[in-house]
Amino acid sequence: MRRRLPATAAALTALALLLSGCSGGGDRDGDADGTIRLSFQSLAWQKESVDANKQLVREWNAAHPDIQVDYVQGSWDNVHDQLLTSFEGGEAPDIIHDASDDLADFAYGGYLADLRPLLPGRLTEDIPRRSWEATTFGDGVYGVPFLQEPKVLIANTKILESSGVRIPTPEKPWSWPEFREVTAELTEKGTYGVAWPLKEPVSVTLNLGLSAGGQLFHRGADGRVTIRFGEGDGVVPGTVRDQVGSDGSAARSALGMGGSDTLPGFFGGKYAMVPLGFSYRQQVVEQAPEGFEWTVLPAPAGSGGLAQGVSPQTLSVAEDSPHKEEAVRFIDFLLRPANVVRLARGDWMLPTGTEALADPALHTEENGWAAGTALARALRPAPAQSVRGYPEWKDKVATPALQEYYSGAIGAGELRKRLVDDGNRVLARYQR
Amino acid sequence: MSLRTGRTARAGQYAALLGYLVFLAFPFLWLISTAFKPARELGSLHPTWIPEDPTLDNFRQAFDEQPLLRAAANSLTAAVCAALIAVVIATPMAYVMARHRGRLSTAATGWVVVSQAFPFVLVIIPLFLVLKHLHLINSLWGLILVYVVWSLPFALWMLAGYVRAVPPELEEAAAVDGAGKARILVSVTAPLLAPGIVATALFAFITAWNEFFFALVLLKTPEKQTLPVVLTHFLGAEGVADLGPLAAAAFLATLPSLVLFAVIQKRITGGLTAGAVKH
Repeated sequence: MRRRLPATAAALTALALLLSGCSGGGDRDGDADGTIRLSFQSLAWQKESVDANKQLVREWNAAHPDIQVDYVQGSWDNVHDQLLTSFEGGEAPDIIHDASDDLADFAYGGYLADLRPLLPGRLTEDIPRRSWEATTFGDGVYGVPFLQEPKVLIANTKILESSGVRIPTPEKPWSWPEFREVTAELTEKGTYGVAWPLKEPVSVTLNLGLSAGGQLFHRGADGRVTIRFGEGDGVVPGTVRDQVGSDGSAARSALGMGGSDTLPGFFGGKYAMVPLGFSYRQQVVEQAPEGFEWTVLPAPAGSGGLAQGVSPQTLSVAEDSPHKEEAVRFIDFLLRPANVVRLARGDWMLPTGTEALADPALHTEENGWAAGTALARALRPAPAQSVRGYPEWKDKVATPALQEYYSGAIGAGELRKRLVDDGNRVLARYQR
Repeated sequence: MSLRTGRTARAGQYAALLGYLVFLAFPFLWLISTAFKPARELGSLHPTWIPEDPTLDNFRQAFDEQPLLRAAANSLTAAVCAALIAVVIATPMAYVMARHRGRLSTAATGWVVVSQAFPFVLVIIPLFLVLKHLHLINSLWGLILVYVVWSLPFALWMLAGYVRAVPPELEEAAAVDGAGKARILVSVTAPLLAPGIVATALFAFITAWNEFFFALVLLKTPEKQTLPVVLTHFLGAEGVADLGPLAAAAFLATLPSLVLFAVIQKRITGGLTAGAVKH
């Protein structure tokens, strides 16, 4: 047996050499002929959107032989963990597609490049300041917000028209009390006025809460954030709870559902309206039964008007990238107004850029495009997405508290106590 | 126990077994049903088991939108290599662990069990850095190496149990007949271990075939990605899914495991040492 040891060692060495020889590691500085190579990880997933992204990459590569972009298909599923590992290992893509509510840890962690000195004037001026706020962390801007989607009410036209209720418009939306009355009006045997898919209750509650003047997170002059529960913060949760509980105008069974789960009930006439993200229209168009008529209505408004929070999709550049300027040039190309319109239509979302938003293709009445576009100016950065400790507050404090509140297990006092007292304790640990 | 009580108990056992089988089969049958349904039926309030208007559009769309065949080939390469290498390494190690009981063997067994408790996220970053230094990021070989290391502890533990089930008297008898250690292992022990080796290889194969997170993190270019990673490309933000094509692709992804089980299940469940020892 002892004689076999050298042979074993040789075999292991050969295996190690084979493994290293079969490596896929590349040089991120570029090719031997001086061509710069950038990797662009896109999270586009719908066919039209993927096709548009790939086509734009091809167009860029054809026009810029010295700066070639490699398209890498990423996935929304687990993107945070995947990026974190890539950052830690120094293997992150140069250009990163993500959402603004996922950027805080990466921005504060030094993984993303501050884009302020790199962004061209055209881009900074075309995208409104409120959208830039979504990607501003501390003193830096760590992503370009380019697509966003408001929450809208997708409604069964037949039920709505036959009920005789006033049809809201972006100019004259329903108030929250009126919305409650309407859902009670629409509720009859076998049909609920509304189904709230609240599998993720925190983002829905906070984002729609802005319309009622809710803020919850308040940043002081010293930069410290505290949670306060004002009158406006109670409007949206109170309305939902009343609809589910005392009014019986919202389906209790929908509370644990995701947006897609409510669609069969919506198509079957079980729910007259469903509050969903604007991009869900694609699923409605694809899955609605023949002859089913639907319409897009603005979400209810309060003292904050039609305001609601959104987490735009973003394009960022890795701090480790040796070609930040070229990466930003590619982003600038990708986000030219005509190109953003293609991306927006592919993803059934709205562009953040003013020029792209004005494109006639996004103002057609077909499939509710115009109704959504009319809401674009009211969109704000989602509350708290730049607050350190927000993910922990959301998972450990807010989600269980809101779930219990909506199901009727706890009252408004207990909800307030948990969100504020427990919440501030969580935030304090991040702000020492 | 009376005859009636015995029958009642037996009926209860069958009912429980049937319930368990239904519980196991439901997701898969529903997946098949969904894979053949047109989009309009997916949104129906009253879904049916049998598609009213069955279609292959979901399969066409899945293949049209994603490189499923290439991803399947990558998965197959990774899974087969990982299973073979794991078994080749684990078999002699398991033999030593089972036959030479001592402190080291006990400690090794304990470590094997404990290592199963490590969560992926705990090891992924150090592992990533190690593989980066070996230039094995974005390489199927790197992924195979990870799969081997990841499945080795359980494979060892599993095979050691099979080795212990082989009566030592057989090896002793062969030794009395003049066979050397290597001859005994190859000609006597290995054939009796065959079902165990097959079962272990199958476990390693399925673990690798279904694994998602390591593949997601370690493979960057589309040409290298495996099937579970490509399946996530049918998912959007907030859990929105392109349900029809996803179901079609997921159904195809489960087939290799099912076929493999169907082919070799008899090898696994066959009598381990039946007739090996004459009494």
